[in-house]
Amino acid sequence: MRDFWKRFKRNRGAVAGLAILVLVILIAILAPLLFPQSPWKMVQRPFLPPLTMEALPLGTDALGRNVLSGLAYGAQVSLLIGLVSTVVSLLIGIPIGALAGYFGGIVDDALMRFTEFFQTVPNFALAIVLVAIFEPSVQSIIGAIAIVSWPPVARLVRGEVLSLRSREYVEAAILSGQKNSTIIWRQILPNTLSPIIVLASLMVATAILLESSLSFLGLGDPNLMSWGYMIGAARTVIRQAWWLSFFPGFAILVTVLALNLIGEGLNDALNPRLSRKGK
Amino acid sequence: MLRFIALRLVKAAVILIAIVTLNFFLIHAAPGDPAAVMAGEAGAADQIFLDQLKEQFGLDKPLLTQLGIYLGGVVQLDLGFSYRQQMPVADLILDRLPATLLLTITAFVISLVFGVLAGVLASARVGKWSDTIISTIALLFYATPLYWAALMAVLLFSVELNWLPGFGYETVGGGYTGFARALDIGEHLILPALTLGLFFMAVYMRMTRASMLEVSTLDFVKTARAKGLKPGIIQWRHIFRNAMLPVLTLAGLQAGQLVGGAVLTETVFAWPGIGRLMFDALAQRDYNVLLGVFFVSAAMVLLFNLITDILYRVVDPRIRAS
Repeated sequence: MRDFWKRFKRNRGAVAGLAILVLVILIAILAPLLFPQSPWKMVQRPFLPPLTMEALPLGTDALGRNVLSGLAYGAQVSLLIGLVSTVVSLLIGIPIGALAGYFGGIVDDALMRFTEFFQTVPNFALAIVLVAIFEPSVQSIIGAIAIVSWPPVARLVRGEVLSLRSREYVEAAILSGQKNSTIIWRQILPNTLSPIIVLASLMVATAILLESSLSFLGLGDPNLMSWGYMIGAARTVIRQAWWLSFFPGFAILVTVLALNLIGEGLNDALNPRLSRKGK
Repeated sequence: MLRFIALRLVKAAVILIAIVTLNFFLIHAAPGDPAAVMAGEAGAADQIFLDQLKEQFGLDKPLLTQLGIYLGGVVQLDLGFSYRQQMPVADLILDRLPATLLLTITAFVISLVFGVLAGVLASARVGKWSDTIISTIALLFYATPLYWAALMAVLLFSVELNWLPGFGYETVGGGYTGFARALDIGEHLILPALTLGLFFMAVYMRMTRASMLEVSTLDFVKTARAKGLKPGIIQWRHIFRNAMLPVLTLAGLQAGQLVGGAVLTETVFAWPGIGRLMFDALAQRDYNVLLGVFFVSAAMVLLFNLITDILYRVVDPRIRAS
């Protein structure tokens, strides 16, 4: 663990990313304390520019709502959906990849054709169709993002399992009569953890981008203030009020950038042998 | 080669059928009556139309029969009827397809050319300040929501500087013809194509850089250096050609994502393509249009993949031989 931290710390970008992410998480958690009023509530006249009132440093939107408060509550939505949809994709992708890699043969063929299909289908268009048909809600958005995001997980896990399966310690476990499920769960999967963690951190970033794009198109959960929604609502008034679309987009950019930097740092720290190859 | 193309076409057909099947089940999985789903937002269609849909798609027959009818329709390029727009979905899409093709292909070429060039440049100056700058820009582009980049580009280049149009496909009432019209469309194309391409440019740049560095450690490159060849020749003729293979594969896969991204770009720029069509269909819950655009964009992905596969064989003789 100390080793891990030492290697992670060496990547300055990753440390900066972690600091930014911690800040975003803090803002998300403290949002109800910082802004006790609902972010949907009108607090001032509409289109108040930033820095005109001390209480409203980022101004107000077309309906007189506090932009800064919206940003804080939007952080909750982005992080929550990014995290949960990644967990769900892992729950789909890991079993499929593990079964395909472990059993090989027809099982592998069938599962990989299935995976390929989902990789070929245009992600974003499928996500749009899914959310539109099942009506926008936190659940449908998480489901749609998970359905379009799991194939890389399955392929990664399959590759890892395939190479681990022929190791001596796995053969020994097979010979000692352990059940297949025990071997996969206890012997193989723990050894695939590092690349999965790296991939997952990058997936959270992609999921946040996807969620914001859906919300931008009006497919966000109608009860939640999200960054994508704020930009979507500001799209038509961009000529009058640049700040309404600028700040939420900047928040997305910074959060996604932080997660990508952390992903690279994790890669350096968890796969020390591989990490410097491409640099 | 012909055999290869035939085989790939069969595979593509299987995937298309699978997508149509998926569409079919989505209509049935949606909350509410399938006929109402096909007609669009509940309450928009009258009873006569609903009955007509029930009759046409045999909605009281077993599910498999219905699937057969639905598949049969798609084979004849019948993607359903948009009750909202009073037009067959296939016609709506065909109408808008050229604009989307123009936008996505331009964005694809821009992102591939600039991404690869930047990647080669960065790999040649690895660790130096020019590499740091290129890599940092790529990292930023990689994290930028493309619809936001589009909005900011409109704000800067269209509203503030007034350099480029930020709206539409051509000047309304401009009355241009021939070459002048092409120029006018080209002017309108610059911002949408650039902002759509940014993310992909970053992807190709990172991939090219990593791939160039990886190939440059291989033995045949050492041999070339030992022979005393000029660095420029080694860079382009030896490393570049080999490093391009993974980039091309990725490009084929990513090309499909461009179509998805076009929904966002076309929404921002009011670009009259199938992406904008999809956005308009969203607001009206016009499911036939949504599913139709989804189907066509999947077909475009398959087409792009086929083209890259063929290119791949042209670039790499080893694959051609096997």
